[in-house]
Amino acid sequence: MLVSLNWLKNYVDIDSITPEELAEKITKSGIEVDGIEYIAEKSKNVVVGYVETCEKHPNADKLNLCQVDVGDQKLQIICGAPNVRQGQKVAVAKPGAILPGNFKIKKVKLRGVESNGMICSLQELGIEEKFVPKDTADGIFVFPNDVEIGEDVEPLLNLNDAILEFDLTPNRADCLSMIGIAYEVAAILDQDIHLPEVKIKTITEKAQNYVSVEVEDKELNPYYGAFIIKDIEVKPSPLWMRNYLIAAGIRPINNVVDITNFVLLEYGQPLHAFDYDQLQSEKIVVRRAKENETLITLDEKERMLTTDNLVITNGKEPIALAGVMGGANTEVSEQTTTILLEAAYFDGFSVRKTVKATGLRSEASTRYEKGIDPSRVKIAGERACQLLYEYANGKVLANSVEVDSLDCTKKTVEITTNEINKRLGTEISTEEIVSILEKLRFAFDQEKDHFTVEIPTRRGDISIFEDMLEEVARIYGYDNLPYTLPIGAADAGALTQRQNLKRKVKNFMESSGLMEGITYSLTDLNNSKKLISPDIEEENITPVKLAMPMSEDHQFLRLSILPELLRTLAYNNARGQRNTGLYELGSIFITEEEILTKQPEEKLRLAGALTGEWISHPWQQENKKVDFYVVKGIVEGLFEFLKLPATFKKEKLSDMHPGRCASIAVNNEPIGFIGQVHPMFVKKMDLKETYVFDINMEKVFSAYKKEPETKPIPKFPSITRDIAFIVDENVVAGDLKASIEEIGAPLVKKVRIFDVYQGKNLPEGKKSIAYSLVYRHPEKTLKDDEVEESYQQIIDEVNKKYDSYIRS
Amino acid sequence: MKEQLESLQNEALDSISKTQDLKKLQEIKVSFLGKKGSLTSVLRGMGKLSKEERPIVGEVANRVRSSITAAIEQKNEELEAKAIEKQLEDEAIDVTLPGRPVQVGGKHVLTKLIEEIEDLFIGMGFEVQEGPEVETDFFNFEALNLPPNHPARDMQDTFYITNELLLRTHTSPVQARTMREYKGKKPVKMICPGKVYRRDNDDATHSHQFTQIEGLYIDRNVRMSDLKGVLNNFAKKIFGQDREIRLRPSFFPFTEPSVEMDISCKICGGKGCSVCKKSGWIEILGAGMVHPKVLEMAGYDSKEFSGFAFGMGPDRIAMLKYGIDDIRQFYVNDTRFLKQYHNA
Repeated sequence: MLVSLNWLKNYVDIDSITPEELAEKITKSGIEVDGIEYIAEKSKNVVVGYVETCEKHPNADKLNLCQVDVGDQKLQIICGAPNVRQGQKVAVAKPGAILPGNFKIKKVKLRGVESNGMICSLQELGIEEKFVPKDTADGIFVFPNDVEIGEDVEPLLNLNDAILEFDLTPNRADCLSMIGIAYEVAAILDQDIHLPEVKIKTITEKAQNYVSVEVEDKELNPYYGAFIIKDIEVKPSPLWMRNYLIAAGIRPINNVVDITNFVLLEYGQPLHAFDYDQLQSEKIVVRRAKENETLITLDEKERMLTTDNLVITNGKEPIALAGVMGGANTEVSEQTTTILLEAAYFDGFSVRKTVKATGLRSEASTRYEKGIDPSRVKIAGERACQLLYEYANGKVLANSVEVDSLDCTKKTVEITTNEINKRLGTEISTEEIVSILEKLRFAFDQEKDHFTVEIPTRRGDISIFEDMLEEVARIYGYDNLPYTLPIGAADAGALTQRQNLKRKVKNFMESSGLMEGITYSLTDLNNSKKLISPDIEEENITPVKLAMPMSEDHQFLRLSILPELLRTLAYNNARGQRNTGLYELGSIFITEEEILTKQPEEKLRLAGALTGEWISHPWQQENKKVDFYVVKGIVEGLFEFLKLPATFKKEKLSDMHPGRCASIAVNNEPIGFIGQVHPMFVKKMDLKETYVFDINMEKVFSAYKKEPETKPIPKFPSITRDIAFIVDENVVAGDLKASIEEIGAPLVKKVRIFDVYQGKNLPEGKKSIAYSLVYRHPEKTLKDDEVEESYQQIIDEVNKKYDSYIRS
Repeated sequence: MKEQLESLQNEALDSISKTQDLKKLQEIKVSFLGKKGSLTSVLRGMGKLSKEERPIVGEVANRVRSSITAAIEQKNEELEAKAIEKQLEDEAIDVTLPGRPVQVGGKHVLTKLIEEIEDLFIGMGFEVQEGPEVETDFFNFEALNLPPNHPARDMQDTFYITNELLLRTHTSPVQARTMREYKGKKPVKMICPGKVYRRDNDDATHSHQFTQIEGLYIDRNVRMSDLKGVLNNFAKKIFGQDREIRLRPSFFPFTEPSVEMDISCKICGGKGCSVCKKSGWIEILGAGMVHPKVLEMAGYDSKEFSGFAFGMGPDRIAMLKYGIDDIRQFYVNDTRFLKQYHNA
């Protein structure tokens, strides 16, 4: 809502406060003022001039040579506007004037003839093109005759106005009108309010003789008032009215349309003027549209209607979409002489339905949707009649025709000083509450500190105690509330175990060298089914699809974090960041339902993606590309940190490298996977060798033991023995290690692989794997022969099991 | 013999002082003190001495031996120190060459901020709650006093999956869930951080996915001044002790009264600049006293219990705090962007 302060001054005294101060006060107590606009930058030395003569420029066809009386002097001005004529009163920028855009007016010679100033268009005076009335849009602005020659144009054209832009919350529909704003400002500034005096002069002829009104659905249209005004003279509206409309962001059209718009803005009551002679009947019937009925609206578009749309008809066919837009066939034109003026109350929900169905939104529909003041419907109609009488020479017929079942009962709300203070934490006195209610102009009955407040119908947003609490608090001022801290039960706050563990895992990932990324949960069709971890138990999982996605890229909920994480790697790679390691901790959304009947299960996962160089230390010849074992080291480190025994088993997964992928299990429970993404998959993204891991955090949470176990530090020395087996190349190191551990238990405490070799000096198809074994006894120092015995046993049993032999 | 010993001593001391070599020193030691050394051979002649002479010469001999031994030890230390010095000199390196790099990871700037806010509220006795990102229409809207047909429930703003299920548009449903869990009896003191989704086209100031932190406190006798105090603590801790807050009226269906909280603009100190749109204030969050309908729907007696709630956007706060001008930066994860906040 754009609020012209010059206009507002008619209802409330704001002369003693600057626009900035006013904006600040309103923002703090009521409605956020989003900005202050000045209609035009100060234009000085622009006055009303009278065009005494206007002739063609001797040397230029398209220029006119004018002699202009500006009061204190006469100026010769060359004007290029096509509409300049002798006898007009125009805006003249005298030499020395500065127009918006810092445009300085000087004496100049145009084609050999002197020009001492400029005759201005509204645009040149700083008014936005879109608000300039169409009839003057292509040339200079012409004043009505009643302005004085030499008068300063700034006030005449309202160029000194400041416009406050109100960012209204949906509850404050009362402020969609200048009068509503006036009540608000009067309450905040503790000022009086001056409402327009509405008196209509009617002729004896009665409206009933012209029209009857019938409302079929009184629920959707509890009040319909029809005024008849005849002998209308359609012409431009008065300058002041045009100024206000421009200030409010509405382009002036003609007096009839301007008056309905003016009253709409003044009272917040939408009005509509029909050309009575185009009605083709003498009745108005308000009803629901019939299925597939059509109407051509004012914007010349044909609208297909349904029974959801309320329409105004002439008894046969629709002539307006109730509360939204009039029809083209009954539009007021230059030829109109008699109008039917509609002042009605339409149900907001019904109007919203029509707005949604047609996509039409107007100043009128916005107000109906948010709810109008039932007490103002009729008076607004009368206000328009008064203005039509004054500015369109209209004759108002006696008695409007009404159908009225409107409920104008005022609600009451009970408040007490004590309860207000208890809820706010304040010590407001009863007298202060009285004063606040008076400022708000809410009537009330008072019994000591108990008030029964009568809520005016303009404030449809107030119905319960808490609404009144807000009214009192905001007028009292939120700045005046004390700062306190809650005095209730003082339970200590803490993270849950799960939340704590999440943080620990993140910290581990970061100390392992990975950066945290946050990607989108919504992905595209192709990615929605990629790289899904084999630990997910549900069999027929399907990605959840949005009903109305905004784009193809974001229409399915992810079943894996990895595709979007890989996209992030590709994004970085394309920007020259070729060495990247990212992880993300986030939810995936699991369901087996094609059409959801319940929420999908949201499972937390930890995913990582790495590519490029891991260590780059060239001058000491230590460079390491990210490979399977770099990533495995991080994952193993995580499980070691969590004290969970993780095992890795070769796995074949689609979109993964068939020879470099493993599933991960903890206590034989599948928990995720790790490996190189299939080169063909990342090639499309312009990525080279890329590795990923993906871990089911839900299973980590349930396997994790919170309390650390304290064990004594070993007292007795350990003995280390190395051993190298030559085995078939298909034997995997992990299996062999597990066998050694099994055979060596309980004396073998640790088995570490320190060398893997294949090639020269070994038979074809064989490889050597060397292990380092650590022996220790918890209660004594081991003797050599005890170790030797176990060592031999390991060699014998391993050789038997794997058909291997010792490398000497 | 005494003279012999003394001349031996002089000879030994002389050659010890002259030597500059550890190996030579060892040879000197052997040649004087060794089994076949000159001192030893002189001492062998002791047996021929008279009883009276023996102790005297013995004493001289011991003096000579210890003086030579001491000299050798001293020289040895001296030479060893020199040798080490020499070795260390040879071991000198170029300390300006780069070290072996360590992979440095770090948290996402939003996570950092969210954890900071979590810790701040935990310090004020709040617990952290989480809730589903796919919500029911009931919890996302209805339980928060947004009945069907409410204008704020525009289909256009919400990612619906079915008529009943949607991507949560705010973290407020966690309020409703927690209140129900506490069955209208226990006080609630929680915050809930999480991802939320809106049907927006992504641009510099809009993202279809972003984060929110919701806060809720319900107890007997909760006052609006408590809300102001808690928010003031929050603002000063997150934005700086020198910042002021102000509350101004606003509207949310689930709170009444509803307010928005602004903080004084750091850039202009409240005088007005382009960042604060010349107002001197920057909008940070929405808050209010929990609407009695929301309390009642969750089983709390609104005569007995009252409470406050607030909701903020970590994305926006991070943008303000660090001068980030494009919300999409948070989700494209350019590592050069992410790295800038790792020490935050």
